[in-house]
Amino acid sequence: MSTTSYIGKPVNRVDGPAKVTGAAKYAAEFNVPHLAYGHIVSSSIAKGKITKIYADEILAIPGVLQVFSHENVPSLAWFDRSYKDDVAPGGSPFRPLQGNEVKYSMQPVALVVAETFELARYAAALLRIEYEVTKHDTDLETKRDDGFEPGRGKTGWVPPPKPRGNPDKELKNATHRVEGEYIHLAQHHNPMEMFASTVEFLGDKKLNIYDKTQGAFNSQQYVMKVFGLSKDEAHVVSQYTGGGFGSGLRPQYQLFMAVLAALELKRSVRVSMTRQQMFSMGHRPHTLQYVELGTNPDGSLAALHHHALHETSQFEDYTENVVNWSGMLYQCDNVKLTYQLAKIDVYTPQDMRAPGAATGSFALECAMDEMAYAAGIDPLEFRLRNYAERDQNLKREFSSKKLRECYHEGAAKFGWEKRNPEPRSMRDGDLLVGWGMATGVWDASIQKCAASATFTADGHLTVLSGTNDIGTGTYTIMTQIAAQTLGLPLEAVTFKLGDTNQPEAPLQGGSWTAASVGNAVKQVCDKLGEQLLKLAQKMEGSPLKGAAYEDVEFVNGQIRLNADINQAVVIRDILPASGKDKLEAENTMLPNPINQLKNSLHAHNAVFVEVKVDPELGTLHVTRVVNAVAAGRILNPKTARSQVLGSVVWGISMALMEESVMDHGFGRYMNHNYSEYHIPVSADIHDIDVIFVEEEDDKVNPLGIKGLGEVGLLGVAAAVANAAFHATGKRIRNLPVSIDKLLL
Amino acid sequence: MNTPTTQAALGQAAIAPPPPTSTVTLKINGVERHLQLAPWTSLLDALREYLDLTGTKKGCDHGQCGACTVLVDGKRINSCLTLAVMQEGADITTVEGLGTEDNLHPLQQAFVDHDAFQCGYCTPGQICSAVGLLTEGKAKTTAEIREMMSGNLCRCGAYTNIVSAIEEVLHSKNSELRR
Repeated sequence: MSTTSYIGKPVNRVDGPAKVTGAAKYAAEFNVPHLAYGHIVSSSIAKGKITKIYADEILAIPGVLQVFSHENVPSLAWFDRSYKDDVAPGGSPFRPLQGNEVKYSMQPVALVVAETFELARYAAALLRIEYEVTKHDTDLETKRDDGFEPGRGKTGWVPPPKPRGNPDKELKNATHRVEGEYIHLAQHHNPMEMFASTVEFLGDKKLNIYDKTQGAFNSQQYVMKVFGLSKDEAHVVSQYTGGGFGSGLRPQYQLFMAVLAALELKRSVRVSMTRQQMFSMGHRPHTLQYVELGTNPDGSLAALHHHALHETSQFEDYTENVVNWSGMLYQCDNVKLTYQLAKIDVYTPQDMRAPGAATGSFALECAMDEMAYAAGIDPLEFRLRNYAERDQNLKREFSSKKLRECYHEGAAKFGWEKRNPEPRSMRDGDLLVGWGMATGVWDASIQKCAASATFTADGHLTVLSGTNDIGTGTYTIMTQIAAQTLGLPLEAVTFKLGDTNQPEAPLQGGSWTAASVGNAVKQVCDKLGEQLLKLAQKMEGSPLKGAAYEDVEFVNGQIRLNADINQAVVIRDILPASGKDKLEAENTMLPNPINQLKNSLHAHNAVFVEVKVDPELGTLHVTRVVNAVAAGRILNPKTARSQVLGSVVWGISMALMEESVMDHGFGRYMNHNYSEYHIPVSADIHDIDVIFVEEEDDKVNPLGIKGLGEVGLLGVAAAVANAAFHATGKRIRNLPVSIDKLLL
Repeated sequence: MNTPTTQAALGQAAIAPPPPTSTVTLKINGVERHLQLAPWTSLLDALREYLDLTGTKKGCDHGQCGACTVLVDGKRINSCLTLAVMQEGADITTVEGLGTEDNLHPLQQAFVDHDAFQCGYCTPGQICSAVGLLTEGKAKTTAEIREMMSGNLCRCGAYTNIVSAIEEVLHSKNSELRR
């Protein structure tokens, strides 16, 4: 029995004690000496020009140190490429405080720096700014005919595949046909921690930058390019991140502000955004979608058309994969997928949890439900009948796909067979009961990633990789992988992340961290293991002499022969016997290009939802959810379950609550705070069951990991809307599903 | 056509100098702390910016999210909605006063065991709020816990596990656990 077998075990979070005691330090919590505070001033207009800034009036207040604006910001990097981060979309990135032009409401137009936080905030509120206002346009609805196909999008964006078959003709000839428009407004990530950067000034141009980000290296590259700093001068640290959901993928403007002020004032500076300002830095775009489906007499899909149009800013072309999923989730030979952007006067949208897929799957999966009703087939049976055995977009086989098992296990747990298909047919007392289901799919991707490992004579292993842990459990699962690979107890292993002095890791996003960093950690530990074996073989009377790395296992603090496990060397004894203080290894893990290009690599899920609706009041509660997920190897069922629980909450939130409502008169989101931008509270969340369907996959990557950050969210919003239809007979295609829409 | 407009959140009022500071004595986690504070400093900012007690979190600064929940004379409050000078003489407990990494409070331990958090940012507020909830003694059922913990937002969506963690401590036979 191996006690150091940790992969797949529900280990408690290793960073748990630090988080529950308040010891974990987030970006705004490094109280370095002689700290000044910056408060950002946001534009009150949506479009126009700044004509005058009355900085002198507030500089007269004792304790106000400086007002930074376009009037006094030194000349910085000139070319757009210097402002482009790892995931910048096409176009010209916004440059804070450079130029008098206002391009969107709440654009940062000045930074007031003072001796205390309160004083900076006070002075910022007094700062008078004069503008010339130009007419703005923030309404996507008026841009329906102005859509354009984006050119080159950001990394990871794939243009929709060319149409296949003859979708127009087959839609016309279909036995049953449904069509509908699906709409949601902008949505904002709203992680609990507000964006902040604390920049510690260490003299000359040397900075320690504590940043809220999903990738310390991305922040570092941005700061280096914009301010002309070296890697050594721009040291970025991000050990704890209070939620991201995509909002921390791009460097945010408080980072620019804090670095600028620190360099100019030669002093340590902290800049935090307000909750209101967090509605000015990227969002899931307002999207209009059209889906049309047709079926053959046997209930197979005859044709599918999915079109999406979403907003972007005037200066960047934000792209996400909205419609592509519809070409691969079901077997269909006649498919047309189209995708357009339209420019309005807002800040550039940004990836938000399951970007594109959350949007696209909502429309497709509601349409599938509607089609099932039109064809008179059970929604689950309809999906099984149209199951895709291979990826028709890429024309490749799936490396693994256990979606069918998700359907069966999820349905069994939920009790789907007891469902009466007739809308408004099921009741609990006076309440209408609705049961709905939906499906999701997300990429299983992997990125190049480096890691290092050091084993010291006291028997402790330290593994480094400059990734991030936005709450996903990275600290914990990497500790588990490292400990198991070298057969050490968890307590003898420390995994560190979030520091640009560590080996470079990709941004934490796209559900690729577990696979990328996990395989990197495994590889570097194996490399260290080979060194340990060599030293062990040199020990006097070593029973391991002549054994290859494959002939031994690292278990329970020992290296032992596979052939005879009693022949072993205690790992702790190896370094003292060899007279060495430590052993080190460093390695860069590169994804296997053949497996990556030969197969279609995806995680899937099936979601079953029960809602109860009060027919008099229109109030809707999601009383029960079963989410069955097939995402390859589950490294830690405890943290994995939490990820999926959170995804379900996100899906319920998307379905019932979230919308950033634009006042087109002001060109500003009206509900830009936590009391009016609704997300679920504890009382909104009831029973949630998570099932992990067993899925072995040796093609996706060596550890068989597919990632869990996004897939659990997919299908949830559609399943809620479908359940709402089953309960009430009302097909709501315009999110959120709110009381007014249910009662009308 | 372009039209001129002027921005100033506080309007055109004459600019007043910042308020003077005075000595404020706060009893935090059993220790008296003397601070020079202006009256406009919130209890939350006093903790985070003047005392380096950063376990108490700022999530909105408007009393909307609960991340800044602390216990004042045993009652849970949003520390962003009270000024430090108003708490002179009060008995303030923050998350740092509940337990340490080596000696966790039973609720802190339950939060770890139930994985009742992800990013950890709302967690100190959730735990302080849960301590207050148990002291109040009103919540007996799962539904009541959910209702009475609804002042604390969790964007990661850890509610299911937060409620299980609280239930474990609430129903613990050892009343000492509910200290």
